[in-house]
Amino acid sequence: METIVTETTWFAACRVEDVVENGGVCVKYENQQIALFYFTRRNEWYATQNECPHRKQMALSRGLLGSTDDDLKVACPFHKKTFSIRTGECLSGDECSLETFPVKVENGIVYIQVPLNN
Amino acid sequence: MKQNNIILIGNGMVGYKFCEKMISKSHNFNITVFGEESRRAYDRVHLSEFFNGKSSEDLSLCTKQWYSDSGIELYLNDPIVRIDRNNKIVYSAKGKQLTYDYLIIATGSAPFVPSIPGIDKDGVFVYRTIDDLKKIHTYASSAKKGTVIGGGLLGLEAAKALIDLELEEAHVVEFAPRLMPRQIDDQASGILQTQLKNLGLQIFLNKETIQIEGEDRIQSLQFRDGSNLKTEMLIISAGIRPRDKLAKDCGLEVGSRGGVIVNEYMQTSDSAVFAIGECALFDDSIYGLVAPGYEMADVVVNKLIGNPKTFKGFDMSTKLKLIGVDVASFGDPFIAEPYSRTIVFENKLRGIYKRMNISNDGKHLLGGILIGDASAYNLLLQTVTNKILLPPNPEDLIIEATEKKSSGIGVTNLPDDALICSCEGVTKGTICSAVTDLKCESVDAIKKCTKAGTGCGGCVPMLKDLMLHTMKLNGKYVRNVVCEHFDLSRQELYDLIKIHKLDNYNDVLDNLGKGDGCEICKPLVSSLLASIWNDMILKKGNDTSQDSNDRYLANIQRGGSYSVVPRIPGGEVTPDKLIVIGNVAKKYGLYTKITGGQRIDMFGAHMNDLPFIWEELIAAGFESGHAYGKGLRTVKSCVGSTWCRFGLHDSVSFAIQIEERYKGLRAPHKYKSAVSGCIRECAEAQSKDFGIIATEKGWNLYVCGNGGSKPQHAQLLASDIDSETCIRYIDRFLMFYIKTADPLTRTATWLNKMEGGIDYLRNVILNDSLNMAKQWEDEMNQFVQSYACEWKAAIEDPQIRKRFNHFVNAPEEKDPSVKFEEMRGQKKVANWSTVTV
Repeated sequence: METIVTETTWFAACRVEDVVENGGVCVKYENQQIALFYFTRRNEWYATQNECPHRKQMALSRGLLGSTDDDLKVACPFHKKTFSIRTGECLSGDECSLETFPVKVENGIVYIQVPLNN
Repeated sequence: MKQNNIILIGNGMVGYKFCEKMISKSHNFNITVFGEESRRAYDRVHLSEFFNGKSSEDLSLCTKQWYSDSGIELYLNDPIVRIDRNNKIVYSAKGKQLTYDYLIIATGSAPFVPSIPGIDKDGVFVYRTIDDLKKIHTYASSAKKGTVIGGGLLGLEAAKALIDLELEEAHVVEFAPRLMPRQIDDQASGILQTQLKNLGLQIFLNKETIQIEGEDRIQSLQFRDGSNLKTEMLIISAGIRPRDKLAKDCGLEVGSRGGVIVNEYMQTSDSAVFAIGECALFDDSIYGLVAPGYEMADVVVNKLIGNPKTFKGFDMSTKLKLIGVDVASFGDPFIAEPYSRTIVFENKLRGIYKRMNISNDGKHLLGGILIGDASAYNLLLQTVTNKILLPPNPEDLIIEATEKKSSGIGVTNLPDDALICSCEGVTKGTICSAVTDLKCESVDAIKKCTKAGTGCGGCVPMLKDLMLHTMKLNGKYVRNVVCEHFDLSRQELYDLIKIHKLDNYNDVLDNLGKGDGCEICKPLVSSLLASIWNDMILKKGNDTSQDSNDRYLANIQRGGSYSVVPRIPGGEVTPDKLIVIGNVAKKYGLYTKITGGQRIDMFGAHMNDLPFIWEELIAAGFESGHAYGKGLRTVKSCVGSTWCRFGLHDSVSFAIQIEERYKGLRAPHKYKSAVSGCIRECAEAQSKDFGIIATEKGWNLYVCGNGGSKPQHAQLLASDIDSETCIRYIDRFLMFYIKTADPLTRTATWLNKMEGGIDYLRNVILNDSLNMAKQWEDEMNQFVQSYACEWKAAIEDPQIRKRFNHFVNAPEEKDPSVKFEEMRGQKKVANWSTVTV
């Protein structure tokens, strides 16, 4: 087995109060758009790519959050395709998936971990 | 452990299915795929959708990463050119040499092109690959008349493509005396021809093309009977020929009319080499459909992992929509006296033809044909394949199907091995056990777990029936509950929210539901809260539970921009206000269009601009038009007695009064209204959820009509009533609808499901049979008094305004992925429907 090590960095995305409760906002990182979700009910944070892979629309941060069984999901506003915000897996039976990013909160600032572009 | 090498030649649908099935069963093989085309495997069944805006990416069967994630080596654009069976080596066009343990030939078929003189002229095409379609697409822009040779299944698909490409004339030329000669009989062909003619296709039968005329480009076709046909482009669809050259060259046995000969394990004359799909010849037959190809792939997978499974031929029944006309043929469509007795039903007025071939003893269905209405197809096919005993009056199976769904045979009567999804080969038993054992209690869950319904989708209604039936058998009380988070119906939720005085989504979920909600219950609860309390819908706590359009108070459009629709009550607007709309649209670069509801829609607004646009509109006296909400859209009006010489009453003033009264009231679905000033009905009130028509003595009130995909006329609720009574009745009608309708149910469907129908509704509204009229009128009056424009509230609240920034960490920047192109002097969305490769 070959292990691939990707270098990552934490970047400060915004303050906690900038993010809508139980919803998402879109964060700009270099030329990327990242959807940041604040699951206030559970006090959990998640980040995924903002683009819905189904129709390539920059829209997931405007989607509805929810749960199914034990998984947490977001539904794209365009055609209601749902994705796990933990794993990025498509829950509507399609072959596509989302890139996900770790999130942490320190002193009221929300940080997202992204791969470093060398 | 040594891994065996599988080399797969051909990357079509069947080849892909082989890979998918193989990796799900075993990881003991290295799979290498060689494809001739430059694209990953794509869906050829829905190829024509390419002309309706699907890109080749949309048609792809899998993602780019799928092959590498699955450990499959894929070489595109690199066909195999030679097979050395002695040394088990294949050679590719680009010079690759690979050894195999097992070789699978899935080279498919090629269009048969007859050797007509002139066939090589410009403008002659075949219809097989995305590249073919792209060439047709390009050439069609310089042609006005197009023709297809071949009136079979694929030929008619190609003819539809010509219509979609907006050619002025589209023709089909067929050698046989009827269309689809392999699937349907003469009488069926007659009905189909009439239907297709109505849609703009010219059909020529009994025509043999002997010459293609023209200089370099095709100009006309010359037929054997002396006639000719002018045409500027031609698509050849005269059948397929299996691509067996590779097999033939390396000495494998092939049939006299083509096709690699295989046994019941899909093995060729060399036991290490298999052939599957349209290149394989089994029992003297080529199977030119995708479902038998998938079955062949499954047989090979089973053989390689040591399971005994054989190919037993395949039912070639088909059902499709040809240019909007249902066409189906099942079992043996042609068998006739003295081997069977037939029942034929024909309705030329509605373009319907149905034929059932029944065994001489009357017990079994042997096959048949359906044109114009194929709703009974699934059950008839199951009746044939499972040899189900026919009811005493078998004609009911085809005659009743159009009128009502019930027939003598239901899904419940099918045996467990009945094939429900023929694309993926899933039986009734598998589906029922997924429901019982794996707790798949939604159609999506069944699709995911069994793959049934993921191919053509034709069996999805049966999946739902089977699921509900199985759940009932298991003793589950099947109710119309909202979703997994609320074990309640919409009506129960409505009452409980009211009783417990809950006013935000989280409280409703904590008190009445479980889990964290979802995209089904959030908008539903939000709509109930709006109907019951009439709070500003973006009040904190309710903002993120609104459906996307409600959350941003605008309709999201292709590409991620939004549309803006100010209310123009009754369609009446002053010149000054028109100028404001024009100026705003110009300033923010918006596309403008007059809507069907007599107002103006402005498209292409960046989310960031929405509050600024509305600030200007509100300053000029406009209000939200609620085009984004499930609520009142417009009240359309004719000009009425103020100007019209026929008008009986002032329909515009009444329309404005009604639109002002109900604006902003949320309901289970959108609703529309109209007021006509006389019986000429210029406002089309009878197609609305509630419509009002002036009479000599007052107004007639019609309810529960709608346009859309299933148009339905509104029905007369009350006649010759005065304005005040009319409004009281509408108050009661709307409150009753809001309180009792299922989610996302329009008034027409609500009435259709109501026991007792319009008579019952009339009793409730006019005679107050439920003793609710007073309460409903009071609630409506309260609602009307508390109305406030949502957009006005939104722009005045900095917390809400902040939510219209696209980037949380770059509030000034707009979404750079939103792009536009120009069309007819305005803008349109770029890159959704255009071809991207």
